Order: sequence, then C-alpha cells, then structure tokens
Amino acid sequence: MNKILLGLLLGALLGAIDGGTAWFTPAVRAQIAGIVVGSSLKGLIAGVAAGIFARKVNSVPLGILFGLAVGCVLAFLVAYMQHGYYFEIILPGSIVGMIVGFATQRFGAPSTTAAAAR
Amino acid sequence: MKFLSDKALERLRTGADEPDLLGTRYRLLERVARGGMGVVYAAEDQKLERRVALKVLDVPGTDGDLANRLIREARVLARLEHPGIVPVHDVGTLADGRVFYTMKFVEGQRLDKFIATVESLHDRLRLFSRVCDAAAFAHARGVLHRDLKPANIMVGPFGEVLVMDWGLAKILHGEVAESAAPADHEVTIYEKPKKPNDGNSDTTSSVITGHGTVMGTPGYMSPEQARGEIEALDARSDIFSLGALLRFILTQRTPSGLNPHLDRSLEAICAKACAEQPGSRYSTVQEFGLDISRYLDGQAVGALRESILDKFGRFYRRYRFFILLILAYLVMRVLLVLFLKR
Repeated sequence: MNKILLGLLLGALLGAIDGGTAWFTPAVRAQIAGIVVGSSLKGLIAGVAAGIFARKVNSVPLGILFGLAVGCVLAFLVAYMQHGYYFEIILPGSIVGMIVGFATQRFGAPSTTAAAAR
Repeated sequence: MKFLSDKALERLRTGADEPDLLGTRYRLLERVARGGMGVVYAAEDQKLERRVALKVLDVPGTDGDLANRLIREARVLARLEHPGIVPVHDVGTLADGRVFYTMKFVEGQRLDKFIATVESLHDRLRLFSRVCDAAAFAHARGVLHRDLKPANIMVGPFGEVLVMDWGLAKILHGEVAESAAPADHEVTIYEKPKKPNDGNSDTTSSVITGHGTVMGTPGYMSPEQARGEIEALDARSDIFSLGALLRFILTQRTPSGLNPHLDRSLEAICAKACAEQPGSRYSTVQEFGLDISRYLDGQAVGALRESILDKFGRFYRRYRFFILLILAYLVMRVLLVLFLKR
C-alpha cells in the first residue's frame, strides 16, 4: 500500500471515528450523519496531504508536525464554520493529523521514483 | 632407538596428503575442510592474484568413480551460474594424478554456526528463501542437490547465501545429462531418516556407502533417497531436505537461549515439505518459497487450512500497529468526551 493510499484510508477511518463521537454531545446528535461525513472528509484530506508529504520528506518528526499543522488548520476551518466547539473539534482533528503524519512516515511503500533515486 | 613424536608423525602425514600443485597456477595456503570425496584447501591463484578454494580428491587417477564424480560436480557447478551457488573456476589433474577443481573461496560461516546469531524469525526466513532461490534455479536447470543441509550452506560477510558441495548432485534430464557422467546406480541406504533436531542426529556428516560415495545425510535426506530409490528422485526429494533445513533454521536457539516462536503456519509449511509421501509435499521449490513469502507478508499460507481464529490472529499480527493505534485513539476520544461532559 502506498503512503498516499495509507494516509487516505487511515485519515478517513479516524475522521469517521472522530465524527462518530459527536453522538455523545446531545446538542448535535441530530446532525450526526453530516458530522461523520464532514469529519471523514477532513481526515481524508489530512491523510492524503500527509501521504504526499511523506513521499517528499523522509522524517518522522517533520511528518508528525506536518500532520498536526494540516489537521489543526482543517479542524479550525470546520470549527470556524460551526461558530463554536473550537476545543472539541480542533484537539481531536489535530491528533488525527499527527497520527496519519506518523503512520505515513513509518509505513506504506515509497513511490517507485523515490525508491529508485535512493 | 629414537621414535618420532606424535606431532612429528602428524606433520609428516599432513605433508604427504597435501596436493602437489607444481605445474598449476595455484599455490597452497591452508587446509580448510574435508568433504566426502576429498579435501578442500585454500589456495592462491597466482595469475589472478586471488584466493580460491581448491577441492582435490584423496586418491590419484582420472578414470575412477570418485574422479568422475568430482569432474561431474565441477561440470554441474559450471552450469549453475547463480548468485546463490558457488561458482567454479577451473578443473584439472595435479602432477600426482589427483583430480581437482577450484571454486570461489567463500569467507563466511556455515549456516549451522551462523544461524544462532540471527535473532529475528523474519531474517531467518529471508535467509532460507535465498537457499530456496538457489535450489529452484538448479531444479530449473535439471539438477538435484541431494545433500541440502546446514553444513552445506555458507553465509558470507555481507549476508550472501551460497549453496555448496554439489558432489551428490543428480542430473535429471535434458541436454545437460548427455555430457555428464552416468547417474548413481550402486547405492542403497537403509538408514531411516531422523528428525534434524532430535538431539541424536548428526547434522553435519553425510552417509558414506561401502564404495566411499556420499549419498545424503540422515535427517535431511528424503525417505525415498534413504531407501536408495535413485531413479525415483525428483525435485520433491530436495524439497524434503529444504523442509528439514527450514525446521533446523526455525528451531535453533538464539544467543539469549530462547527458541524462536514457531506458529501453526510455519509448522504446517515444515510438515508439508517433509511429508513422507512425495505427492503430499510441495511440487516445486517455487511453490515452497511462495508459501514462505506469503508468511513473511502476513498472508495465508497454502499449507494450512485456517480457522476463523487463525484468520483473525493473522489479521491482527499483520495490522497490529494500526489496530493498536486506532484503539488508542478511540480511548483518547472517549476520555475527551467524558472530560468535556464534566
């Protein structure tokens, strides 16, 4: 599995779990489907970005930092559009970014051109 | 009357046994090992200024059975150009009438010594896969090794694996056979093969018949080879030996004294390779090697019919990191929800 596909799948899965936890907040339980889809999309974008980054840069700390930054920015945008729940959205979103950043650095096959160049 | 000391006698005996390399391009350096047919020496190729291994027969003469075997071994090796098979450089007759051939001098350790230094199960299996590659190549060229065992495999300083001692090789078919010496007919061995790790088996010495011809090693030769059914031997006989070799590789203790964990898939692979009936074994070395590759990749192996639990266990082992990562994330998320609710 290549790094981008790995980031995509892991990001989407963690994003879906992240969105699913909105069920524990009664005030937003009615919009759970939209939240799960949106959160999965957010995780997916962060995962793909982390995967592309991992193909270009081979460094676990930088990968984690990049994932954290992307996850944080995307979560902030979502929270900004929600006009609230900043902490509840930004914290888990950033952690998802960190995890996919780490996973794409450690696992997944590098691109063939990168492997050949090494 | 003065007697010679034991040391002096031994020195004289060794000197008398040493091959006379006059008239050849080689200079004798030291004795390395003794094989079934003769002795292997380290020698220097004075023309190319490199170290070579020189295998020389014990007895003089070029028309005897042993001489034919040694020449055939050199010819077999010459046909098997593969990174996993020791290359032959030269063949000839010494001034004292003994047949010799030279081959690459392999610096490294025999597998039976080296394996104890390999801690990781996956590294051991990768090493074994390289032996399979060499055996598969030889089979594709119509050659059976017939004496695959840890003592006949060398591991070089860079991890290269070389299959040695093709003195028992059998040429199966095709154009290769035409130029080779006739196959062995005279040998019958009645020794029952033992398991390689039963504590009593000798994993290093090969069985020698009354004719002085090495025919295999108990514990590593297939039942049909042990029964002397020479004509019936095919690739599956080597597969039996490879299975015994795999079991040896997997069960040798690590320096920390622990046996590597042998799970059901590996047990099944060993059992299939070492089946009593050739028909129950893997049909080719490639098929055998493929099962090893599948195991290394965390996939289902052909030798084992998996239960649901086995499948789950394999899935967990394959994706353990991600499963634990997702579980850790879930726990963190639940804790966060509980914290925010307070």
